[in-house]
Amino acid sequence: MLYFIEQCLNGVQLGMLLFLLAAGLTLIFGIMDLVNLAHGSLYMLGAYFAATFAAATDSFVLGALLALAATAVCGMVLEVIAIRPLYRRSHLDHVLGTFGLLLFFNELVRLIWGPAGMTLSLPSAMLSAVQIIPGVYYPLYRLVIILVALAVAALLYLLVMRTRLGMLIRAGASNREMVGALGVNIKLLYTLVFGLGATLAGFAGLMQAPILTVQIGMGENILILAFVVIIIGGIGSIRGAFVAAIVVGLIDTLGRAFLPDVLRSMLSTNAALTLAPAISSMSIYMLMAAVLVFRPEGLFPAASR
Amino acid sequence: MKAALKLFRVSLPASWLAPRTALPVAVLIILGLVPIYTAVTGDAFMLTLFGRIVILSIAALSLNLIMGYGGMASFGHAAYLGIGGYAVGILWKEGIASGFVQWPVAIAVSALFALAVGALSLRTRGVYFIMITLAFAQMVYYVAQGLDRYGGDDGLTIGSRSRFAGIVDIGNATQLYYFCFALLLASLFLISRLVNSRFGLVIQGTRSNERRMRAIGFSTFRYKLVCFVIAGALCGLSGALLANHTNFISPSMMFWTRSGDLMVMVILGGLGTLFGPVLGAVTYLLLEEALSRVTEYPGLFLGPTLLLVAIFLHGGIQSLFGAPRRD
Repeated sequence: MLYFIEQCLNGVQLGMLLFLLAAGLTLIFGIMDLVNLAHGSLYMLGAYFAATFAAATDSFVLGALLALAATAVCGMVLEVIAIRPLYRRSHLDHVLGTFGLLLFFNELVRLIWGPAGMTLSLPSAMLSAVQIIPGVYYPLYRLVIILVALAVAALLYLLVMRTRLGMLIRAGASNREMVGALGVNIKLLYTLVFGLGATLAGFAGLMQAPILTVQIGMGENILILAFVVIIIGGIGSIRGAFVAAIVVGLIDTLGRAFLPDVLRSMLSTNAALTLAPAISSMSIYMLMAAVLVFRPEGLFPAASR
Repeated sequence: MKAALKLFRVSLPASWLAPRTALPVAVLIILGLVPIYTAVTGDAFMLTLFGRIVILSIAALSLNLIMGYGGMASFGHAAYLGIGGYAVGILWKEGIASGFVQWPVAIAVSALFALAVGALSLRTRGVYFIMITLAFAQMVYYVAQGLDRYGGDDGLTIGSRSRFAGIVDIGNATQLYYFCFALLLASLFLISRLVNSRFGLVIQGTRSNERRMRAIGFSTFRYKLVCFVIAGALCGLSGALLANHTNFISPSMMFWTRSGDLMVMVILGGLGTLFGPVLGAVTYLLLEEALSRVTEYPGLFLGPTLLLVAIFLHGGIQSLFGAPRRD
């Protein structure tokens, strides 16, 4: 039971990271109608920036803040130079162009930081575990991830639903020509949204960096998970992304933790050990396929579509 | 005398000399001459490189059939490469080395998988279709990772190539190359016949306006599904070739970036044109190879090139040579 609670928290923690990544992706997808395969590269950049700046300033927090700013700038520069000309092209051209960007960023990182990965070590205060309920200790850092990501989700909700900028963002998603005709600088708006998405991706990357190693291609697996999240949640819906991210995080983590034992009770040990990882990795894709077959628009279709 | 010579003057239709015909012919001739180049210079690497190009051209052709002509943008096409390859590898491991068994199995399993994927995913369209095909490919990827008996994550080295007793010995590199080349020509022929048949016209009509096709009485879902299965089977064949070419299979041949590579080849060459995918495969793989010879960081140049093609080159390389553009 205690193990179960711990694994649930791990699942929520993974879900929170997925949410940070998926929120940016779903904004960019829903508002600019852009398929952005390079989103995982921004996640990777965030992690590399954080590792570099933290080593240089000798402070995790300072390094993280600098990394966020750097990723935001990278995102906005990328939007102006490379993404802006893609908006008017088809989804397939988006795939071609942003796939090119993905190759470019992987190579750029290899050029700057070298082929070996990096590590980002936590401040010693973060290394302890806290007793969440009697008898259950949980790493403080993972709790911090959950809480910080929840705070970001709340801020994002306020930003999108309760501010003038958010109103423009939502209006841009419904009808970009009309918003432009009303005198809003839609180009600048798009650059800001892309920068916001990049920052969120970079944030996810740097939060994950101390748990996993910082390495080239780290964004490629998780990008696909983030796509799964936004498809399940409904493209353009932040609320959908939030719910779907937690569901996907929980299914993935709990599957890995408990499926081997569940299968062992039904099959031979060998078969169970072989099957379990495959089935638990597949489970979220099966969920997504099922959602698409029964609700092709996702669980929470954005109201504008 | 002059009048007599005139009788024998060969007159070719003007269209034969137009760039859009001359280019494919030139590319095919070059592809056909590679083994001779290798025999003369002893540069075996060229034969390996071009063998890969020919095989992936077949895969790109099959993707173009659904993506270019049918408007079904599959982002999981590498799954069929993997299924075809694993059919060969698994049967070899179980002691069945005959190509007469391996290859039909590779094609049949790929077709069956395409039938299941298509039946479920063709209900969706647009980006959702892109993502659901990706999801199915990822599932196969994880299944392959779980196959411990066949190497799991590390992959499996195949000890001997498929045996076609008495017909062709593909253990010989040159014979394997020409075998693949012949299959490429056959695939080109098959697809050109297919897209110009009534079936192909229904498929292309469905891409332009599915509602209208339904209104005039076509069950578009069935046509699309059949097209999807044909493409899957052809790509499965290409996977069987690839496994024989490299003597190796691993889950990484199905990772989503491999599906991305195939998509890039098709879009780069020219979506919905007969020869575009071959041009795309040749260009993409040669560019990759050439760049990795001159620089340690090929992606630094390859990536921006793809971006520029996406932004500026409407309709891929083929459009540079006057082929009609299809969106």
